[in-house]
Amino acid sequence: MGGVWVWIEQHDGKAAGASWEAVGVGRRLADALGEKVTALVFGHNAAALGSEAIKRGADSALVCDDETLADFRVDPVASLLSALAKQHGPSVIMAGATTRGTDVMGPAAVDLDAGVVADVVEIEVERERIVASRPVYAGKLIARATIPAGVQMFTLRGRAFPAPAVDEARTGAVEAVSPVRAEGDITTKVTSFEVRGGEVSLTEAAIVVAGGRGVGGPEGFEPLRELAGVLGAALGASRATVDAGWIPYEYQVGQTGKVVSPDLYIAAGVSGAVQHQAGMRTSKVIVAINKDADAPIFRLARYGIAGDLFQVVPALTAAFRKRLGK
Amino acid sequence: MRIVVCTKETPDTAAKVEVSADGSVSWGDAPLVINPWDEYAVEEALQLKDRGASGITVLAAGTEVTRDALRHALAMGCDDAVLVDDPTLEQADTLLVSKALAAAVRKVDDVGIVLCGRTTTDGGSGLTPVQIGRWLGWSTLTYVSRVLAVDFAAGKITVERLLEEGRQVVESPLPVVISVVKEINEPRYPSFMGIRKAGKAEIPVWSAADLGLEGVAQVQWGAVSAPVTRDVQCEMITAVSVEEAADRLAEKLIADKVV
Ligand SMILES: Cc1cc2nc3c(=O)[nH]c(=O)nc-3n(C[C@H](O)[C@H](O)[C@H](O)COP(=O)(O)OP(=O)(O)OC[C@H]3O[C@@H](n4cnc5c(N)ncnc54)[C@H](O)[C@@H]3O)c2cc1C
Ligand SMILES: Nc1ncnc2c1ncn2[C@@H]1O[C@H](COP(=O)(O)O)[C@@H](O)[C@H]1O
Repeated sequence: MGGVWVWIEQHDGKAAGASWEAVGVGRRLADALGEKVTALVFGHNAAALGSEAIKRGADSALVCDDETLADFRVDPVASLLSALAKQHGPSVIMAGATTRGTDVMGPAAVDLDAGVVADVVEIEVERERIVASRPVYAGKLIARATIPAGVQMFTLRGRAFPAPAVDEARTGAVEAVSPVRAEGDITTKVTSFEVRGGEVSLTEAAIVVAGGRGVGGPEGFEPLRELAGVLGAALGASRATVDAGWIPYEYQVGQTGKVVSPDLYIAAGVSGAVQHQAGMRTSKVIVAINKDADAPIFRLARYGIAGDLFQVVPALTAAFRKRLGK
Repeated sequence: MRIVVCTKETPDTAAKVEVSADGSVSWGDAPLVINPWDEYAVEEALQLKDRGASGITVLAAGTEVTRDALRHALAMGCDDAVLVDDPTLEQADTLLVSKALAAAVRKVDDVGIVLCGRTTTDGGSGLTPVQIGRWLGWSTLTYVSRVLAVDFAAGKITVERLLEEGRQVVESPLPVVISVVKEINEPRYPSFMGIRKAGKAEIPVWSAADLGLEGVAQVQWGAVSAPVTRDVQCEMITAVSVEEAADRLAEKLIADKVV
């Protein structure tokens, strides 16, 4: 009994960045607690992720490869997770604080009558106990929490922890497990999945280039897209531009959009309202480009250029092209 | 079939939230408002009523201060409201809150859909909707951006969900728990008549005993603190030409190893 478990979220056989970050955290906690790390991979044709998890720091993996798990659906995944946990009795279960991570950990916690601390940004072992910290009030405060009894469950905010590298020398046991739900017991059916074409995922991106009302219209995002292309960055947007219908909601950063924490966040034509800050405040380096030198965004930024984004952004694209040899 | 909308109150998003000397959280005289995400859930409930639902009950687990959020939902057009209020819920975690809400949903007749917001803007985790669904044993569809089809008579619903990599279309039988994202609709403003009606509405209170609720919170919340503020001094980059300023910025970002 005991052990630190990490649920590996995957789509099309590719793991979510937050899952590898959780493996890294799991390794650190397990070493401090004197326990082992087990990775859980549930899917169809995704079994290779079991050995990858070991190479990234897990001691072993439990892999369920089944057709019922091909499309992501909550019940078969959460039920399998809680059934295995009841059987093996881990002390800790972690996942990324992603849409799927939340969907799976919530119901599994109900099955296990366990506490979950969501959206964790710091986690340590203090006197044999795990203490987790998470932002509350849209990042305006940080709260600490413990789970004194039962299984301790945590979802970890993406990019809050480093992703462990692959160590080819690491080995461990990969055990196959069976699903607990047959297709006939699963009430939901996925009828289609429309993938967004070839873009960098906003929450996983190391660099985000975001546009605000200053872009002036849907076409105003074009120079930002070009800069993002050169930097391998994801495109983001303020709510004002989403509400205006200039760009779809998926791109919205902020309190009622996505929370991102990239190494570099370039905000162009964004004023920096508190609700926007809630989604990007923890970025490592923030660059502000705004016509108005008094805009609040400059108070968060490490670097700023007061100027017209339609001149500054293309110039920046050209500068990076030259310096990066692209 | 009825719809239940779950909501709670949160400090206004522009409020300056601070930790007082005694460790309690305060937000000055900023108002408590309905959790912004829940306005989309309320609006969707109203639209689903136009699509054949029989009525809408708004449900909140909270305290007396939660009544304004319930009244806001009533003023938007919901039919009735219930407040779940019990001292045992004061230090609750999502496990216990969702258990209380699920028990309250069971007390409402003929519920087809429970609607929630995507998350709460104060202590939000997005866990409550999936956990309500699990306690009820109903399927839960989170991050819904469109209700593509709903048939209350046949007990079926088809929705579009927003996941990290794209849009998933899912079918489910009713009853179901749904959480909605902002894209789903444009919430209406409460009407003058609605506000008057909501002001007069009786809002019953259900206690843990009324719900037969047992269980304890598993998460123990400790100290709350202000985030470590990084001492960022913005370095304004000026140069004779835009090209030169851009080039200097690029150089700095590469030197900082963030590009
Ligand atoms: C409950 C609630 C939730 C919210 N959630 C979010 C959220 O999740 N995300 C979010 O972003 N907002 C959110 N908001 C909205 C937020 O309060 C602001 O209204 C919004 O962020 C403003 O967007 P903006 O910065 O693009 O626009 P504005 O505030 O209008 O700023 C535009 C900026 O562009 C600059 N500008 C104009 N032209 C140029 C140019 N050519 N070159 C350079 N600069 C230029 C201007 O100087 C200005 O600073 C929320 C609000 C509420 C009430
Ligand atoms: N105390 C509560 N009472 C009623 N509904 C709630 C409560 N807490 C959360 N919810 C619902 O669950 C959603 C997600 O909340 P959370 O899990 O706190 O992020 C909210 O948008 C509400 O619809």
